[in-house]
Amino acid sequence: MNKAKFAIAVLSAATIGSAYAQSARDYISIVGSSTVYPFATVVAEQFGKSTQFKTPKIESTGSGGGIKLFCAGVGVEHPDITNASRAIKASELEQCAANGVKDVIEVKIGYDGISVGHAKSAPDVDLTRKQLYMALAKQVPDPKGGDALVDNPYNTWKDIDASLPAIKIEVLGPPPTSGTRDAFVELVMEEGCSEFPFINAMKKSDKGAFKAACHTVREDGAYVEAGENDNLIVQKLEANPDAFGIFGFSFLDQNRDKIKGSKIEGVTPEFETIADGSYPVSRPLFFYVKKAHVGVIPGIKEYLAEFTSAKAMGEEGYLSERGLIPLPKDEYAKVVGNAKTLTAMK
Amino acid sequence: MSEPAQTERDSFARVEAGMKRRRAAERRFRFFGKCAVGLGLGFLVILFASIVGNGYSAFWQTRITLDVTIDEAIVDPAGTRDPALLRAADYGALIKQSLREMFPDVSGRRNRFALYGLVSNGANFDLRDRVLADPSLIGSKVALSVAADDDVDMLMKGHIDRGAPEADRRVKDNQLAWIDALEADGRIRSAFNLDFFSNGDSRDPELAGIRGALMGSIFTLFVTLGLSFPLAVAAAVYLEEFAPKNRWTDLIEVNINNLAAVPSIVFGLLGLAVFINFFTLPRSAPIVGGLVLTLMTLPTIIIASRAALKSVPPSIREGALGVGASPMQAVMYHVLPLALPGMLTGTIIGMAQALGETAPLLMIGMVAFIADVPAGVFDPSTALPVQIYLWADSPERAYVEKTSAAIIVLLLFLAAMNALAVLLRRRFERRW
Repeated sequence: MNKAKFAIAVLSAATIGSAYAQSARDYISIVGSSTVYPFATVVAEQFGKSTQFKTPKIESTGSGGGIKLFCAGVGVEHPDITNASRAIKASELEQCAANGVKDVIEVKIGYDGISVGHAKSAPDVDLTRKQLYMALAKQVPDPKGGDALVDNPYNTWKDIDASLPAIKIEVLGPPPTSGTRDAFVELVMEEGCSEFPFINAMKKSDKGAFKAACHTVREDGAYVEAGENDNLIVQKLEANPDAFGIFGFSFLDQNRDKIKGSKIEGVTPEFETIADGSYPVSRPLFFYVKKAHVGVIPGIKEYLAEFTSAKAMGEEGYLSERGLIPLPKDEYAKVVGNAKTLTAMK
Repeated sequence: MSEPAQTERDSFARVEAGMKRRRAAERRFRFFGKCAVGLGLGFLVILFASIVGNGYSAFWQTRITLDVTIDEAIVDPAGTRDPALLRAADYGALIKQSLREMFPDVSGRRNRFALYGLVSNGANFDLRDRVLADPSLIGSKVALSVAADDDVDMLMKGHIDRGAPEADRRVKDNQLAWIDALEADGRIRSAFNLDFFSNGDSRDPELAGIRGALMGSIFTLFVTLGLSFPLAVAAAVYLEEFAPKNRWTDLIEVNINNLAAVPSIVFGLLGLAVFINFFTLPRSAPIVGGLVLTLMTLPTIIIASRAALKSVPPSIREGALGVGASPMQAVMYHVLPLALPGMLTGTIIGMAQALGETAPLLMIGMVAFIADVPAGVFDPSTALPVQIYLWADSPERAYVEKTSAAIIVLLLFLAAMNALAVLLRRRFERRW
């Protein structure tokens, strides 16, 4: 009998909870990209410790999932900020506006490099995007010549280019759900396949076929989906010097005694080469703020100030220690200005 | 006469001939059984050895003792001792000053940054808390033991190779020299990592603790237990003792059995749609996690409870009814107490399952970075398995041992729950 009473008590507590949820939220709620997550969490922690505000809550939902949650509406039950490893799309902004999220402040926080690396013990290689495309695409231009696509015939790197080692093609990388994979496909595969004139011509004539040719990764075992966990990829690379891996630059930076980054188009992935743009595989990172929540949820303005401060995002800020490539000076000044005035996107 | 004797001898011979084969089959069967048990135990030993081997070092933390002069000009220039002002003061400057005093010949911005990098970012907060607790320290020199940076900690624990070329090492040559000097001075020691049990999550491995996740798990399980146990027991008692046997109860029974096999992520989606979107309960809160896990564990407990009720001999019921008890009295005072140990076992199995779940929590936002330790069921929080997942995915090397340490805590929690179940069962168990 008492148990039944207890059950009723808990159920009524749940009802009170729903009333509670509507009343207030005194912490910032952030969702979004798993690539931005390691940087945003550092800022959130600093912010929570050094101010009177509570530490923001950060969910790692992926860029697309984050924007969807962010755009669901205005009100305490919706997140205030979303992190993204790509710029928000026009279609997503429309979706936002349709749900009443009109003013969105965009903050570009820096760049992230994607590195192709392998074990320290393996010989150095210098790859091009074209070679990576030829190694990893499901269908590639016929090596015998002609403008036809055939199933990928390459088994070893040497088959692709005589300058490369005669080892089996084995690349560990993230699954399609990952933002790193999206960026890799876009920045490496697409660029690489565009170097074939007949595929490049398809870009205009048949966009679907172009995408299928450039974006489809082979499924015959040469590309191994190693899960979202970049640490796991690092461990597997260490154990297998013949394998290559695809992972974010911060993982290379933290594990330089175990793995090294391959040169791409002759440039090694380094802090400096990503910052000056000479390393070709890098992408900007963003976060988006719901202007309607500024002043409603305490601390949003201060969080923005902390994130864009020189000690965080600046050239020698604590985020650069974590592997975020800082913005060039003029771009940085613009971002700081926008954050101060809370200028929304047009 | 000779006929039956002959057949008897024949059948003996046949049995005798097959005996060897049958004994061999018996031995083989037992051998395979032993193999299966041995293999299972072997895997368990490997699992525990690797987890404990990786994780035990996380319970120790390298600490550096600094002599910090708490300069009034920096902490409290006005001399008001106002806590708000004391809170906002730049304690980092004091820590840096103390490091500079220890190594006066370090010059250049880059080198100084490397020097400051030896101690954790949390050091200034430690100092702040100390000063706030005892403002009379201002103006004096105190010996402050602060956590070392995670790279230093990894070096001291042997996870960073001193012999590696400098460019490949996270701890540089000049830092190595300073660390050696500090060690020679007796300022570096390894202490039990209290922070690990008192802090919430952090992005600095040396400050990251399990408490937030542990409290989150406790709150979530509290809600789950509070809801699922009474509901499941009531449902089981009704279905087993009172419900008429007809098509409807058959349908319910089939559905309960099916529900027990539904993948947990589905309950997460349901929780998102019903509790968060419809009832607008807060995201990432243990209350929602507990509700979702209740849905998941209900069928498990109902099935176990019904089995426990079935195993109570009918003579108990009949005896109670025979001396004039009402059916409800017979159930409440005679059947239920006898079935309770079995129900508790089922509940613990369900709870253990709930403790290890991450998939449904993903949907309701409990997979998140939450630094503050939750104080109630409405505060944002994570849970132990989620914390393990998040740490396993962090780039800093020091999280490898933290991950294993979190697994150890989770296993201990589980063992404690099971021990409680055994204890309760022993107390209530009645034999007949």
